[in-house]
Amino acid sequence: MSVHVGNSETAATFPQAAKELLGNAQLRQNVRRATETIRNKRAKVVAEMPDWEDLRNSAQQIKRNVLRNLDTYLEQFEARCAEAGGQVHWARDADEANRSIIGIIEGHNEKEIIKVKTMTSDETRLNVALEAAGITPYETDLADLIIQLGDDKPSHIVVPALHKNKTEIRQLFLEKMGLTELGTQPEDLTAAARSYLRERFLRVKVGFSGANFAVAETGSVCVVESEGNGRMCVTLPDVLITMLGIEKIVPTFDDLEVFLQLLPRSATGERMNPYNSIWTGVTPNDGPREFHVVLLDNGRTKVLADPAARETLHCIRCAACLNACPVYRQTGGHAYGSIYSGPIGAILTPQLHSMEHSQSLPYASSLCGACYEVCPVKINIPEILIHLRQRLVESGDTTALETLEMKVAAFAMASAGRLGAAQKLMRIGQPFANMMVPAWTNSRDLPAAPKETFREWWAKRT
Amino acid sequence: MSSAKREILRRVREAVGGQLEPPAPPTRNYRQSGALDLENFIEKLHDYNAGVHRCAAADLQTTIEHAMDLRGKHRLLIPPGLPAGDRFIHDNGLTYEEIDRSEGALTACTVAISITGTIILSHSPTEGRRALTLIPDYHLCMVREDQVVETVPEGIRRLRDFRTRPITTISGPSATADIEMIRVKGVHGPRTLDVILVS
Amino acid sequence: MLISLFIACYNDTLFPETGKAVVSVLERLGHTVEFRAAQTCCGQMHYNTGYRPEAVSLMRHFLEVFQGAEVICIPSSSCVSMIRDHFPGMAAEAGLQNEVAELLPRVYEFTELLVDKLGVTDTGATYPHTVTLHTSCHSLRSLHIGDRPQRLLRSVRGITLVELPASDQCCGFGGTFAIKNAAVSTAMLSEKMQCILDTGADVCTAGDNSCLMHIGGGLAKQDAPVRCVHLAQILASGISDSKILAS
Repeated sequence: MSVHVGNSETAATFPQAAKELLGNAQLRQNVRRATETIRNKRAKVVAEMPDWEDLRNSAQQIKRNVLRNLDTYLEQFEARCAEAGGQVHWARDADEANRSIIGIIEGHNEKEIIKVKTMTSDETRLNVALEAAGITPYETDLADLIIQLGDDKPSHIVVPALHKNKTEIRQLFLEKMGLTELGTQPEDLTAAARSYLRERFLRVKVGFSGANFAVAETGSVCVVESEGNGRMCVTLPDVLITMLGIEKIVPTFDDLEVFLQLLPRSATGERMNPYNSIWTGVTPNDGPREFHVVLLDNGRTKVLADPAARETLHCIRCAACLNACPVYRQTGGHAYGSIYSGPIGAILTPQLHSMEHSQSLPYASSLCGACYEVCPVKINIPEILIHLRQRLVESGDTTALETLEMKVAAFAMASAGRLGAAQKLMRIGQPFANMMVPAWTNSRDLPAAPKETFREWWAKRT
Repeated sequence: MSSAKREILRRVREAVGGQLEPPAPPTRNYRQSGALDLENFIEKLHDYNAGVHRCAAADLQTTIEHAMDLRGKHRLLIPPGLPAGDRFIHDNGLTYEEIDRSEGALTACTVAISITGTIILSHSPTEGRRALTLIPDYHLCMVREDQVVETVPEGIRRLRDFRTRPITTISGPSATADIEMIRVKGVHGPRTLDVILVS
Repeated sequence: MLISLFIACYNDTLFPETGKAVVSVLERLGHTVEFRAAQTCCGQMHYNTGYRPEAVSLMRHFLEVFQGAEVICIPSSSCVSMIRDHFPGMAAEAGLQNEVAELLPRVYEFTELLVDKLGVTDTGATYPHTVTLHTSCHSLRSLHIGDRPQRLLRSVRGITLVELPASDQCCGFGGTFAIKNAAVSTAMLSEKMQCILDTGADVCTAGDNSCLMHIGGGLAKQDAPVRCVHLAQILASGISDSKILAS
């Protein structure tokens, strides 16, 4: 089994990566501005919805039900999709997914594909595998195009190039698109992207997409987008391959009414995003004549197997948690070393890896709870972070020093007598404490130990 | 059954094993319908910089031509299910390049949602295949007042008979906020949308 | 009313003045305070860091100590949050579901006690300073404390209250997070301190000394002209038989 989640297996730990990124003032300013903008937009459109909590509750119930009966719904989806002319493939892990996709493309003797954004393909490192097989993938989302042209990495789930400003992007386009001149405003940059990509949309025979939702009842697939490149990639090519995580299933077509309200408002602060495309199998004379779906596991069944953390799979990739997170605000997404960053990344990434990698991520949180407040599918992220910390403690993946400290503290607090004794020791040891905890004292003074504790004062009083 | 499928289903069953809860629909306490506010629908379209024309059914033809004149359009592509005319070319299997060279497309729609300013096509013969309203730079869409509903759930329910057709929801021209969070319109897809609201 | 005080382990050790202030306020309102000396800790640090069995033991001890106490007052939102949000989940494995269910209605954070249980918004305090209120994440999102602290502060004679901008943003303490991710914690602290300095207040207050220790530590390191004082100490101020208490 080879689960991949981008390159997270070899990423630096969060504290290491964060420390470095904190020195990048431009990045931090870009991240602050971007997250504040979407956060405010989200707040405004959510405030318009008196039934917002009802929608969240329904979404949570729908997802809970799906996960508890996932086998039934997956088989139902496959049957309906196949009846409508789609071909369903199952992929246990990243390598199997990549092999299936390459197999389909090679079967058509094609050497290039146009892609619309899907994090699953970043997860499986599809582009690397395609290039190794001599197939060129063209990213068509503006942000992914920016990332691809710049040999960069995405730093946000919905706005992946959030860490770049327009000056940087303009420079990149000038170099990589071979342009001799280019305006400086965002409109000029998007116009350049439009021309650059249009030629590909009309010509390339194989398209690749992800999907936001897959409807079991009808075998339909739904792509939610803003730019229109999704419509291009799922409509114009002869052959379409769509990969989606097995947790993206929803039971009925009507369930879309819940998610199509929650997702746009949460992700981009809009009442509705510009385009949604829903299709079922193959439609004669309208769109691709061949349609393949790749159902991806890649560690999701591991997440499913932990009842306390299963709701991680409710995620609809809106990134509202990233925009609300005060930690993400300081560091941006690269600090997490995973394509899934921010609060959801901190719980999803290590779990996909069965907790063997990305072990610093569950600690990359002050447990403030802002994420849970905005999560449209009510994932209790702080609770799951604590649960994952517990799993790491149980598997012995914490430092010996920390375990010792925690056990000593628990011992001291087991009784008031011991606590009193420990407090006296602390008073004596204050100067040593100052020296031993530079992590604290580099930026904060330690409080002076008072001459008597509260319990000592109380004891004298009575 | 492929071994991958068998294995994944096995893992799924093992993962949730012993959690005996049959499939169940959710409670739906959210708003499922609302009084139609047509003026609000028009306002949402204006927010998107869509042009909006209103007319009675009898005046539809002249309104179409008027809308086309305002945009400087001489001839538009139309789906096979709309009637022919001097200023219209039927899309009977045009190539992508031919569609790309056109001035735009005129279509009907299936349903529209007021609260979000959304127009939904289910690509029937009067709406045309998806490429027809995707490749051109201009889309002129006819929406009957009785096709407009207030809420998203009502819109989704109106699609019930067409669920397995290709469906496209359009809420304004395409946009991106990928550059410094500044919303820029018109990346791919028609950059100009006009709506004729027919009573 | 007999009110049982759970002081919170870190208040006991580092901020006894907060406990004294709570006692002072409650006694002045005519109530009797008891301090069950066997108390230790609610288990939050262990629970949050992933040491659940240790947290369960501490919970068990807490339940034993406070058996029969009719009203428990806690001047720490994070401890109250630990008890309300997490004791129920741990109760099952300890076989203590009934005890926990029976405990929860008796637990009050200090401002909850004053406003909800005792019906008091004026503690008779005088505190002629410009004060800004930091709302801890636990009080905001777990306790839904609302405007109880403001209502109490507004009644303090001589006080000038200034609203803190971005008050819903975490100060960066987060328990062991402050050490494990010290760099990010400090970055978050810097923003919080800037907001506080921008208010022009002399004093920053909160219902949680955990946040105040972190914020106050940062302000002191920068020699900033702002002190951090727990809410209870402001509400106890200017009362003739208690001292004006500042850290």
